[in-house]
Amino acid sequence: MSIIYALLFLLLAPVAGGLIAGIDRRITARMQGRVGPPILQPFYDVGKLFEKEKVVVTNSQNFYVLCYLVFIALSGALFFGGGDLLLVIFAFTLAHVFLVLGAYASNSPYSHVGAERELIQLMACEPIIILAAVGMYMVTKSFYVADIAASNIPLIVFIPGLFAGFIYILTMKLRKSPFDLSTSHHAHQELVKGVTTEFSGPTLGSIEIAHWYEAIFLLGFVYLFFSWSPVIAVIAIIIIYVFEILIDNTFARVKWPLALKSSWLITAVLGILNLTALYIIGGFVK
Amino acid sequence: MDLVFFLILFPFIAAIVLLLIKADNMRSAVVGVSALLIAAVSVWLLAAYATSGTVFFPVSPEPLGELMFLIGMGIAIFILYMGVRYKNNIAIALTLIQSAMMVYFEFGISHGAVPENNFFVDQFSIIMALIIGIIGSLICVYAVSYMKDFHHHHPEHKDRRRTFFFIMFVFLAAMFGLVFANNLAWLFFFWEVTTLSSFLLIGYTRTDEAIKNSFLALNMNLLGGLAFAGALIWLASTGGGMELDKLIATGGIIALVPAVLISFAGITKSAQFPFSSWLVGAMVAPTPVSALLHSSTMVKAGVYVMVRFAPVLQGTTPGYMIALVGGFTFLLASAIAISQSNAKKVLAYSTIANLGLIVACAGIGTYEAIWAAILLIIFHAVSKSLLFLCVGTVEHQIGSRDIEDMNGLITRMPKVAVMMLIGMAGMFLAPFGMLISKWAAIRAFIDAPYGVIFVVILAFGSALTVFFWAKWMGRLISVPPPAEDAERRVNRTEWLVLSFLAGLMVLATVLFPLISSYLVEPWLRAIYGQVTLLAQENVVIMLIMLFLLMVLPISMLYYRKDHRQLKPYMGGMTTTSRMHFTGAIGIDREVTLGNYYLESYFGEQKMSKIGVPLCVILLAIMFAGVAVAGLMH
Repeated sequence: MSIIYALLFLLLAPVAGGLIAGIDRRITARMQGRVGPPILQPFYDVGKLFEKEKVVVTNSQNFYVLCYLVFIALSGALFFGGGDLLLVIFAFTLAHVFLVLGAYASNSPYSHVGAERELIQLMACEPIIILAAVGMYMVTKSFYVADIAASNIPLIVFIPGLFAGFIYILTMKLRKSPFDLSTSHHAHQELVKGVTTEFSGPTLGSIEIAHWYEAIFLLGFVYLFFSWSPVIAVIAIIIIYVFEILIDNTFARVKWPLALKSSWLITAVLGILNLTALYIIGGFVK
Repeated sequence: MDLVFFLILFPFIAAIVLLLIKADNMRSAVVGVSALLIAAVSVWLLAAYATSGTVFFPVSPEPLGELMFLIGMGIAIFILYMGVRYKNNIAIALTLIQSAMMVYFEFGISHGAVPENNFFVDQFSIIMALIIGIIGSLICVYAVSYMKDFHHHHPEHKDRRRTFFFIMFVFLAAMFGLVFANNLAWLFFFWEVTTLSSFLLIGYTRTDEAIKNSFLALNMNLLGGLAFAGALIWLASTGGGMELDKLIATGGIIALVPAVLISFAGITKSAQFPFSSWLVGAMVAPTPVSALLHSSTMVKAGVYVMVRFAPVLQGTTPGYMIALVGGFTFLLASAIAISQSNAKKVLAYSTIANLGLIVACAGIGTYEAIWAAILLIIFHAVSKSLLFLCVGTVEHQIGSRDIEDMNGLITRMPKVAVMMLIGMAGMFLAPFGMLISKWAAIRAFIDAPYGVIFVVILAFGSALTVFFWAKWMGRLISVPPPAEDAERRVNRTEWLVLSFLAGLMVLATVLFPLISSYLVEPWLRAIYGQVTLLAQENVVIMLIMLFLLMVLPISMLYYRKDHRQLKPYMGGMTTTSRMHFTGAIGIDREVTLGNYYLESYFGEQKMSKIGVPLCVILLAIMFAGVAVAGLMH
């Protein structure tokens, strides 16, 4: 495991994540025929949040958010440090459970429903993430991110089904429409701000930073599918992210049953087909 | 050798003493001292035999074997009496068939081969003995104060605490016998004693429901017992021998037939589909009974024998069918747990699910899968006993076992709530034990033939698991308007047991690399010649995570300072400090929040309708497979 990459992630991911968020807002604005804010706007926003008054519904909610931030950063650091992919996924799940607990802690109706929906999303996303890791292992014979990234096998050719499934739930993880069920970046969320309703000031700022970490981690995951060629990988990431923004701006939010059913159906069908195919061709992959 | 006999005999002696004494304080003294002795001797057993591999204890089968046969017949007569008294014909029929089989076995065919090494101890027995000796006796200690409260709360039930503690300790004795027996006929004797004990404990209150559910448990386990008796007859008539170690070393069809029959018995005992209903029904019993059945005894006996026979099952069609039964049980029982709001039912389905995972590992039977199975057994025992006992304590204080009524428990019973959170975290979150085991299971499944189906099952099953635990956690930690402190009334014994188990939970997570390298790995190496090695750096990372989880709560001290507190946002509605608001047509309403149970997706009936027929078919294929193999032989 490379500590240097892990440290670089911890230092640079918020910067990169914030920039991506800024570009995202700009592209979104252009799609909607607006000029949009400056690219650095997300940093101004978070900076301002840290100057705000510390207001809570219950003291414990801040503790859960702190844990969310710490474990998101930890799972990203493990990932970029080249660690075990399954352990990374488990740390990632742990982080999200903390966010959900933070939302529950306030006993507020809006954040409560947000928490329930966030859990449903977690349940919808988890299987394909694990199966994608398993698929990567079956091709590269390693669970270590370092080994998978260093492998010169074009993973995407062997696990296109798992990739498609992962892209489907990526929309959920990036909190974009049609799956921005539990909280949203846009102002049209019927749950006010869902899981983040009761967080304000520095705590909300921490959630925003955690979200930047998360975005970089998820894009890193996408990178693995293309890691045999860094150039193609970067192009793929850009295309996928712009595609996510396009989807975000062209779809209305769906209800949670559809989100859960569709992602599970896609996971089950594509996951089983792709993994079975890997078993069959298993003998040929070196 | 003395230690092994002490562990089998002493709980039995303690049971008889407990049957005789009437006074409350005498009873708690005897239970306390006995529990301490049993736990201490279990640890002593670890110290004495941890590094010595498999040690056999040759015991003459005369007169012990005859004695066991006689007691077994006595048990049969007792069950017949109960069957007649409560008019349960199935129990009568099953008992009659089984007795006939055992008489035939004893007098018809068992002559000739007289096993020498009737008892043994190896690392796996030591692990089981520690679980039974420490967790089982802690539950007995807890039961002393719980049962006192229980009869105080429920004057309608007759106080039969002497019988209760008698059976609890007999149960422990039988479990010890079961994990030390090398003679399968003797193992079966202890097996039947656990069936009887659970029957009596489930029916303890003698209400109609309790009687009904106790007979359900009895009948399902007697059905498994028939298969076990069939295995003994097969072994006697084919000259396979009664010694467990030799049988597993022999392998082949001689061992496969009894392995499958005994695994069927294991499936009934560890409440897999289609036999899951008995364990769910068993929750009518007082909570310590549930804790005992779910964590350290009964269901663990089922998976114990399956893990023993795993090398024989490995790579066979019947073994694969057993693994599928376990896998689907894991998936469907986890789904059902989502739809339940009764805390004990959630725990019951979670037990069934986790046992399913262990059964799946045993059916796959590779060394990696068995490594995962043993760790699952250990961690599940600790977490589940803690959770059941916490629910028991909560139920006595707030008068409900419904998860919705546990809203804001963190303010009303902070210490118990924290312990429950530790127990739940232990069930599904990194870096705690169960998650490590699931992780190992994923790896084992990938490397197994046809493993893809199990990998998919595990991926979906763990997602379901996250949902139902996390939403329960959410209920506990949400901070509602101030309420009365309900924790002061919890007595000292219960505190002691709960804190000890919570500590054990964390300790097991810290110590698991040691448990693995000193107990599990040598045992696997002796059987398979191969072991799974944990990557050192992953262990370090998990310890870092554990450390973070213990340190981060300190931040609460900081957050207590200089934060202004507001009420939750109510869409602009004015609310009182107790979260009341003026609703439609001016009615004063209180804000109430409830969890999602997704009944229409994951309802108990809906899932059982899939699980029961599916697993019946899988078991039928299993029997067909073994019958074909047996006939070809």
